[in-house]
Amino acid sequence: MQMFPLTVEQGMVRRRGKVLVGPVDLKLEGQGTTIVVGPNGAGKTSLLKMLHGVVRLNEGRLNWACPREEAEKRQAFVFQMPVMMRRSVVENIAYPLRLIGVPRKEARARAADWARRIDLGDALERQAVLLSGGERQKLALARALIREPDVLFLDEPCASLDGRATREIEEILTEAARGGTRLIMSTHNMGQAQRLADEVILVIGGRIHEFSPAADFFAGPQTPQGAAFLRGDIVE
Amino acid sequence: MSDLWGGLSQAFWLVVMLDPDLVEITLRSLRVTLTALAIASAIALPLAALLAVRRFRMRRATIAVLNALMGLPPVVVGLIVYVFLSRAGPFGVLGLLFTPSAMVIAQVIIIVPLVASIAHQSLRELWSDYHDLLISMNTTQGQRIRALLWDGRRALLTAALAGFGRAIGEVGAIMVVGGNIDHATRVLTTAIALETGKGEFAMALGLGFVLIGMAIAVNLAIHWIGHTERGGRW
Repeated sequence: MQMFPLTVEQGMVRRRGKVLVGPVDLKLEGQGTTIVVGPNGAGKTSLLKMLHGVVRLNEGRLNWACPREEAEKRQAFVFQMPVMMRRSVVENIAYPLRLIGVPRKEARARAADWARRIDLGDALERQAVLLSGGERQKLALARALIREPDVLFLDEPCASLDGRATREIEEILTEAARGGTRLIMSTHNMGQAQRLADEVILVIGGRIHEFSPAADFFAGPQTPQGAAFLRGDIVE
Repeated sequence: MSDLWGGLSQAFWLVVMLDPDLVEITLRSLRVTLTALAIASAIALPLAALLAVRRFRMRRATIAVLNALMGLPPVVVGLIVYVFLSRAGPFGVLGLLFTPSAMVIAQVIIIVPLVASIAHQSLRELWSDYHDLLISMNTTQGQRIRALLWDGRRALLTAALAGFGRAIGEVGAIMVVGGNIDHATRVLTTAIALETGKGEFAMALGLGFVLIGMAIAVNLAIHWIGHTERGGRW
């Protein structure tokens, strides 16, 4: 069943009376990679979490083309600070499969396969909490992709990673996108945005200032804030 | 001072000669306490995880009550269990009073709040780590509880050991509900109380040293098992 389009009408998220996101109107179609950019504290994370459904809307509506329960099963989220479960690498990656009832042996085999793809094939039985930052993020990515989600949200997955780790992660993402996974990702790295984006959402102060195809956005933003942001000026 | 030395040498000879009475009451101590600990853990650990994972209206009150009950006076627990199990009480027909089962019941009541409170403290921290991930993965309540219990097992071991420590050294409640009957409900702590009352300080001290030694041995054994289980980190 078709998940997209995802539509948000006047969506708003508040915490302790402070507006984190919104009001937001958005319609996402089923193809390509969407990159969310914007200054720190603009509400990128809250927007992604709202779309993913881990943060509930205080106002407005958010609808997938399919029933909500089904949509929840077909998406995954990679956090800025990856959460390592206190288990071995292979059990971390296998965990989402175990949750949906895949037998232990098969889940471990598929997880081991993924571990090899992210260069952790030698570290299967190592404790995940002992991994380095880049390895953690790759593990989180494998764990998110192992259920082959239709939509993958990523919240600055490459923040605080070096060039090589970033490249490895981008390779996995590009491959996933080729395989039909819809990527919705926030980033601070404009180079990365240019490499991956099919469309760009610019968020400032919890609102969407611009939502346009990547080529158009990078060629010339429609709003002065967008232009200033692209130039590298400080936007608040 | 000479009592101490007398106690030490008495303990030494009791252990070396494998005194049959000593072996009997030591094994009974262990059996009662480990049974109580197993039952209490089966109640307290899932309860602790549930309290960490689930937000319900009386949650804060429940946690506050649990914390308060950690200091439950054993004699009072013993008294209440006694009243319930006595011939005239609601469970009198079961004939449990002055049996090891009654002692197990009293100890379970004493250590459940302790184990649950300590376990809840550590599981709450683990849950704040896992919260976003497990919510995002669309887990059920049961799956969250299982993940916490499994991944937090080292911390839970500490909680269980605290419960063991409290139960093995407890005398007030099991004296009341067990009655310290020779060859039936006498355990190390009640025997120590008895010997002290009789003025047999060397014997009482000897039993005391055996009790302490056993508590240390059990703790070491459990830690050793926990460490060899997997890589020794968590």
